[in-house]
Amino acid sequence: MLRLLSFALFLAVWWVAALFVGGAKLPSPPAVLQVMIAEASSGALFLHLGATLARVILAFTLAMSLGSAIGYLMGRVKLADRLGDPWLILLLNLPALVVIVLAYIWAGLTEAAAIAAIAINKLPTAIVTLREGTRALDRSLDEMASVFAMPRWRAFRHVVLPQLAPYIAASARSGLSLVWKIVLVAELLGRPNGVGFEIGVAFQLFDTPRLLAYSLTFAAVVLVIETLLVQPFEARATRWRPRAA
Amino acid sequence: MRLEVDITGKTFNSAAGATHEVLAPLKFALSSGEVGVLIGPSGCGKSTMLRIILGLDHDFRGRIARPPEARIGMVFQEPRLLPWRSVEQNVRLAAPDVTEAKLSELFRILELDAHRSHFPGELSLGLARRVALARAFAVEPDLLVLDEPLASLDDALAGRLRDEIATLVASRPVMTLLVTHSLDDAIRLGDRLFFLSPRPARIVQEVPIAVPRAARSETELGRIKAQLATLPLESK
Repeated sequence: MLRLLSFALFLAVWWVAALFVGGAKLPSPPAVLQVMIAEASSGALFLHLGATLARVILAFTLAMSLGSAIGYLMGRVKLADRLGDPWLILLLNLPALVVIVLAYIWAGLTEAAAIAAIAINKLPTAIVTLREGTRALDRSLDEMASVFAMPRWRAFRHVVLPQLAPYIAASARSGLSLVWKIVLVAELLGRPNGVGFEIGVAFQLFDTPRLLAYSLTFAAVVLVIETLLVQPFEARATRWRPRAA
Repeated sequence: MRLEVDITGKTFNSAAGATHEVLAPLKFALSSGEVGVLIGPSGCGKSTMLRIILGLDHDFRGRIARPPEARIGMVFQEPRLLPWRSVEQNVRLAAPDVTEAKLSELFRILELDAHRSHFPGELSLGLARRVALARAFAVEPDLLVLDEPLASLDDALAGRLRDEIATLVASRPVMTLLVTHSLDDAIRLGDRLFFLSPRPARIVQEVPIAVPRAARSETELGRIKAQLATLPLESK
């Protein structure tokens, strides 16, 4: 209820501001809705959203799985940590734009280059979070698993993974928001479709209604995915913890 | 089956660079059906010795011989349960082959029936220790190691759990190693008592108790205690 109220307030402020500023710079909500409906009925909206979502899913999955594996390794093996650390610091501080531009120059304006560039931007934060989680693993439980001769996979699944779950959830949460932001830049610079491409076109034409229509639809999709997928996973991962009052 | 412990020494390098001698030469053996009790002052190196025997610490001089196929059941000083798994899952994960009948019996003996689906965070320390005992017994161990399993429990509960340990140990042939501070626990459960010196630990005296566990009456226990009191032991 409170959320609805907050959303209604946002719409009201927008509408009033649109009346003052004028339709060219800030179109009113109905004008944007009209463009949304037009784009949706032509199918373009879904095409571009679908392309963006597919890139997000691929890049996110790639970065999470690779980053988690590397982070776990670096947390467990000192040598891996020493070897990987300088690269990690470099990657962490490399601007997203540099990675995207270099990827397009080296691998061409291809889908693989776009997805790799997005994944590389997310990779180091996943590594850092999972390394921290691995370092915080409870050694006494490892010893318990070893004394009771638990097979490796069972120990990993029931002893290690639950301890890493909050870190994986945190890394997924922060990583997803990073990927949402970067995917549009990658599309703007070198893809012929996707929400980022459409926003680029709208920018060149100064077509504000179109720009807002795509941005807001994209934001709505992000919100839905966060609420329906990420938050329940987080809640499940930490279910055994006593609830905060 | 037989456990042979022959440690000739164990040193530990502190962060400051100093070398500490933790264990002096130590030698003893344990056969199936026997309960050996390690009694020693706090910090004498008992836990280090257990870690070596359990194969968690390989950095020592000497030799530990235990059959490689020997199953180990361990009750750590802290219960070491998985907080994200229920009581029943905690036991089943350590003992995947346990039958439902065996599990029910263990839970009945240890009065855990009502707590099967609880998470360890919802249990008192006494209950958590009982779960740790259930887990150790559920694997049907050939070697059972109990590291102060009754510490910080009230007398009544400690007494009941001690009787339960005695019952469970009697129910199958197992080599049992018990670490305790309590002379009372030691003479009620033990077949052979090893008194340890302060660090670096060595065995000061080995005291066998000839009377079978089941036949130890209160007067018998009093007699054993009086006899122990006459021994020149540093560690009491």
